[in-house]
Amino acid sequence: MVSRAAAPPAHREWHRYTPGQRLIRFLSYLLVVAVAVWAIGDVDIIWPWFFDAPNAMADLFGRMVPPDFSRMDAIVAALLQTLNIATIATVFAVLLSLPVAYIAAQNTTPNRACLWLGRFILVSSRSVNTLIWALLFVAIFGPGVLAGILAITFRSIGFLGKLIGEAIEEIDRKPVEAIEATGASRGKVILYAIVPQVVPTFFAVSILRWDINLRESTVLGLVGAGGIGLLLQGAIDTFQWQTVAAILLAIIALVLVGEAVSGWLRRKVI
Amino acid sequence: MSAGGTAARRWRKPPLIRNPFLRYGIFLAAAVYVYWALSTLPFDWERIQEGLPRAARIFQGAFPPSFERSNLLIKGFVESVQIAIIATIFGLIISVPVAFMAARNLAPMPVYLLGRAIVIVARSFHPVIVAILFVKAVGFGPLAGILTLTVYSLGFVAKLLAERIEEIDWGQVEAVRATGAGYFTTLLYAVFPQIMPRQIGLGIYQLDSNLRASAVVGIVGAGGIGATLMNAFGRYDYDFALAITMVIIAVILVSEAVSGRIRKKIW
Repeated sequence: MVSRAAAPPAHREWHRYTPGQRLIRFLSYLLVVAVAVWAIGDVDIIWPWFFDAPNAMADLFGRMVPPDFSRMDAIVAALLQTLNIATIATVFAVLLSLPVAYIAAQNTTPNRACLWLGRFILVSSRSVNTLIWALLFVAIFGPGVLAGILAITFRSIGFLGKLIGEAIEEIDRKPVEAIEATGASRGKVILYAIVPQVVPTFFAVSILRWDINLRESTVLGLVGAGGIGLLLQGAIDTFQWQTVAAILLAIIALVLVGEAVSGWLRRKVI
Repeated sequence: MSAGGTAARRWRKPPLIRNPFLRYGIFLAAAVYVYWALSTLPFDWERIQEGLPRAARIFQGAFPPSFERSNLLIKGFVESVQIAIIATIFGLIISVPVAFMAARNLAPMPVYLLGRAIVIVARSFHPVIVAILFVKAVGFGPLAGILTLTVYSLGFVAKLLAERIEEIDWGQVEAVRATGAGYFTTLLYAVFPQIMPRQIGLGIYQLDSNLRASAVVGIVGAGGIGATLMNAFGRYDYDFALAITMVIIAVILVSEAVSGRIRKKIW
């Protein structure tokens, strides 16, 4: 009894982590702090401006009140154009992404060259942002809705193709084998064994992308590719802040309606 | 057993939509919509016809990509990384109180509604729209980028963190409360340990996401590599623009892989 009581209590203190774990945690915290200090110290910012930002924003919002709805007809027309750009681009992207998904899925691709071609299309489409695609298409086809539709289509192909391709890779092999065993052609195998298994994902992903595209098409106009962004840019450039406020409210309304419609479609279809 | 008999018993795939009127109605409506939408959109066909020779000129100008002004490229990238890091840190810090406000199980009703409203407003605008407003308010440069991406991170992180807070194990909260601990002590010892892993994972995801977004908000003047890209495009330096785009793609792929690996280790 005596000897146990004499043992120094510090040794028996409970710790959640071992010393090695604690060292790693400490070093990771240190790394985070060091990176933060470097970023904040080195970035090209005049810090008093940073602390003045709330005033600047308050001033800007002050000029926006009350929103000016006198150009509502132009805003509604632009919203409709935005909606059409997003919807048509989604339709095109869905049609184009199906063959890409087919050759980019490991279990359906005809050969290795097609697999890598498919993956290349998906990666390059996905890693270039919609606005960068829009810049390119505005330079080629001039400012206008065509550039916007193409930009959204090109960006969506990668997203849809990747997710549909993953769904194809996860299908149950047995129906495919069963249909193949009847001597069916490749087209019949796709139609009767693969398509029924990916239809739910196909609809879910297409609806999700339509929702995203609706948001993205609101900014296309800022680089000249059509839609309500054009109106927003014009109002900002001429300092009509009350009109800007009305346009921003209209964009929120469009996004919320888009969210509600896509939610309703999802429940209806899936 | 005539040929007609077998034809009559032939199996047909059941259609996706049972009701034939609805089925063909949807097809017809879709076709009419596409036709109507394409006919109302203002296409400038004369300008579009010039497109192909222009595309040829742009691609001729773009190949081979030029890395001559790589110091400009690196400077733009370092700025983008700094913007992403600072915005992630601010976003993570601000998102914690907002997430607590927007969690139904911890916040009283009026506070909950305020928290939800902040999350919805921060999430409903595309970062580019937020960026263009900040550029007007605080001027061109990385400051506008940082503020934009902070708002962007705030909306996303606060929403997901609030969902995690709503799912916490309530037993631990009751245990700490039973010791007589106050509100903040309860948060610190019963709630934070449960949400920290999610917050760190979200932080790493958001860093990756902010790096991507910072390439885009630069296009409207919010600093970083996007501003460099926009300048190169504006000066018709298509070879430099292609070089920038290639580096952006490479960095995004690397950052996606790294952040995916780290998150897999943490979760």
